[in-house]
Amino acid sequence: MLSKIVRTIANQLILFVLIFGLYVIMHGHVTPGGGFQGGAIVASGVVMLIVAFGSTEIKKSLRESHLSIVESGGALIFIGMAFAGMGTIFFYNFLVGTPFFGGIPPTGPNPGNVWTGGVIPLMNFAVGLKVIAGLSAVVLAMALFSSGEEMEE
Amino acid sequence: MRQIVAWFALIIMVAVLITGALLMHPFGYPPSDMDDYMIANSQAETANNNVVAAVLFDYRGLDTLGEATVLFTAVTGVLLLLRALKKKEKNP
Repeated sequence: MLSKIVRTIANQLILFVLIFGLYVIMHGHVTPGGGFQGGAIVASGVVMLIVAFGSTEIKKSLRESHLSIVESGGALIFIGMAFAGMGTIFFYNFLVGTPFFGGIPPTGPNPGNVWTGGVIPLMNFAVGLKVIAGLSAVVLAMALFSSGEEMEE
Repeated sequence: MRQIVAWFALIIMVAVLITGALLMHPFGYPPSDMDDYMIANSQAETANNNVVAAVLFDYRGLDTLGEATVLFTAVTGVLLLLRALKKKEKNP
């Protein structure tokens, strides 16, 4: 655990890191970025918390079993979205044209609309969940191991 | 004998790789048909402004599935390894 100044600043900063990471994930089909990049941003926020507060403090609220469940759920959503388009072909974008994320943007440069992209925003979200949970679990496990703490069974 | 065969295989492999590199499409110089197709049609086919996201999650979705599998395997391996080391430390 670091000094009180570092802890306070990290406590204030984590909100902005989380918001920026979720923004990058959910706008992956409009702006540069996507699930992997946004997930890495959120996981780096978790790393900041671990550095500031120590892994024993973080272990109380962030359990590895829950992180594993979230990661597996993200992978299942991803593969499920891929299989849902199986009527035509694997990874078919079956939501194009429907009201749910299905608006088709005009060809060429345009301002961009979040309600476009078909299954791609949902896949970005699934991959983002996966990367957030996976990287956080790895970093937490390594921090707990190096500090000699007991890992949750 | 085995050394000769190994050198022969190595030379053939290097020759194939160099030939492939020389035959490759020049980087950035005039865009290939596939690039043109994706840039022209990704907005109409996948309803997506970001062509990179369209390629990652739609045209080359299987590649992203493999990437996600690699991440999953890495996380599983790290967690398993650290847990096994902890158990070994506790009761040697």
